Amino acid sequence: MTITDRPVNNGVNVEALLGAREALSAAPEAAEFTWRASCTWRNGTHSHSTVNGFTGLGAEQQHRTTFEYDVDHPECFASEDNGATPTEVVLVGLASCLTAGVAAVAQFRGIQLRSVTATIEGQMNVLGILGADPDIRNGFETVTVRFAIDADASREDLEALVAQSQKRSAVFDIVTNPTKVLVELA
Amino acid sequence: MMQTTAVVIGAGHAGLAMSRRLTDRSIDHVVLERGEVANSWRTQRWPSLRLLTPNWQTRLPGHPYAGDDPDGFMPAADLAAALTGYARRIGAPVRTATTVHAVRAASDGYQIQAGGDLLHARAVVAATGACNQPVIPEVAAAVPPPITTLTPLAYRNPGQLPDGGVLIVGASATGVQLAAEIHRSGRPVTLAAGEHVRLPRTYRGRDIFWWLEATGLLAERYDQMDDLTRARHLPSPQLTGTTPATMTDLNSLIAQGIRIVGRLGRITDGVAQFSGSLANTCALADLKMNRFLTRADEWATASGRSDELPPPHRFAPTHVDPRAPLELDLTSGEITTVLWATGFRPDHSWLDFPVRDRKGRIRHDGGVVTGAPGLYVLGLPVLRTRASTYIHGAADDTKALASHLHAYLKRS
Repeated sequence: MTITDRPVNNGVNVEALLGAREALSAAPEAAEFTWRASCTWRNGTHSHSTVNGFTGLGAEQQHRTTFEYDVDHPECFASEDNGATPTEVVLVGLASCLTAGVAAVAQFRGIQLRSVTATIEGQMNVLGILGADPDIRNGFETVTVRFAIDADASREDLEALVAQSQKRSAVFDIVTNPTKVLVELA
Repeated sequence: MMQTTAVVIGAGHAGLAMSRRLTDRSIDHVVLERGEVANSWRTQRWPSLRLLTPNWQTRLPGHPYAGDDPDGFMPAADLAAALTGYARRIGAPVRTATTVHAVRAASDGYQIQAGGDLLHARAVVAATGACNQPVIPEVAAAVPPPITTLTPLAYRNPGQLPDGGVLIVGASATGVQLAAEIHRSGRPVTLAAGEHVRLPRTYRGRDIFWWLEATGLLAERYDQMDDLTRARHLPSPQLTGTTPATMTDLNSLIAQGIRIVGRLGRITDGVAQFSGSLANTCALADLKMNRFLTRADEWATASGRSDELPPPHRFAPTHVDPRAPLELDLTSGEITTVLWATGFRPDHSWLDFPVRDRKGRIRHDGGVVTGAPGLYVLGLPVLRTRASTYIHGAADDTKALASHLHAYLKRS
């Protein structure tokens, strides 16, 4: 480990996060957030989604810009492959949530990161979604995430970092725990 | 209306210790007890329960352990007997069979409605315990009807359960102890484990509580903790008071044939769904245990004790079965009992004025109740130090709070 006078900087504002934790504990209604996305069918399995507004801190909020996502299926599914599959978008959500958590926890614990790469895989037997085998579920059988981290820290510290990022991850919770989902016709 | 300087509510270890402190300061008081001394230890604990702390540590103010088994663990009934003896020895002014229905703010103190009587006191100490009510998750409502459900407060022994499989929800000390006992009775146990605290019963030839005390961990103060909320809500460690010492961590339960699954999330159409985060909750518990063992080794070296102790070692990581099921059909007949080992909460509902936060927890600063001068609370986890969670913690807690109470009486 090199000794340096430079403060740890992973680009995470820990003071702001700790301040938010304190402020929101005192005003729990402001902690209620609603996240939104809108998805429009284009053609075949191709859809176009936008993300812009969300609710939180007791008010309507907006992203800096509207983010857009084309989602489709690959040609081997007889689709046009205009974008990642929905399942891959879920993997992106999980990996990016855990990675953000790694950075935040590292900042909080005074660990300087040099590089972090998460490689994520979800194993799925598509006989489930094809309706060909009722014993096979539609979703992932397992999801594996492998983190390659270059940082000023011991392996044990990095294991703790990765464990804590799972503990505090919204998407990890969404993927590992059942969630009530209501789908209705407008 | 009867007038007294102080009222202590609850004649358990904390209330009796406080009585002793008040007597030492010649503060006139009465201890109100709904049943008899050590009531919950007599009526709300399963008979095989033993304290997690070794006997040598189970001490009260002016009353070190004097028995012939300092390294043993006291059964609940023995603790009840010890507390009864203690109450007699210190001359605690206990009024048994006196349930407190309400405590209200009154001029110059508090009005206490107890049994059929009204009392007035300038100070009140709530020592009614931390485990008055079981915490049962909302998902309990979805357990299919033929299944027997119960909480540890009602559990006595495996014989009261129907034959068949038992799903125990929660892997704290309660969950692991009951899992081992019930599984031994021939009822196959599935244990749903969320966040848990893994500790070995002994390390380097000493009981883990020896290490927790020696390293100063138990003495850590509430006002010097990074995350007090977390400290106060940690599940109890996966320990059992057994002689000879045996581990009751998840690996030991797996070796007995108990099936470990993830945290119970939902029950949909009679099918219980478990979290897929089991590997991480186990990894977190292993990391946390190893951090403490490293701290213990560092303390042993720094204090010059290392050479007289067996060498350091580490325990095998928790073995998480990659085939652990994510679902369990509660309608199949395999499971006949669900046992909610999902924690306990105190009952301060008789406090008839606003001293609770939005989650119903009494607001206090190390036992000094916020916004209610002369009102104190005792016997809650990490009230003033990590030791507050255990019997012996009442010694220091009552010392500090009796001193505060005395100063309050003199001031007002």
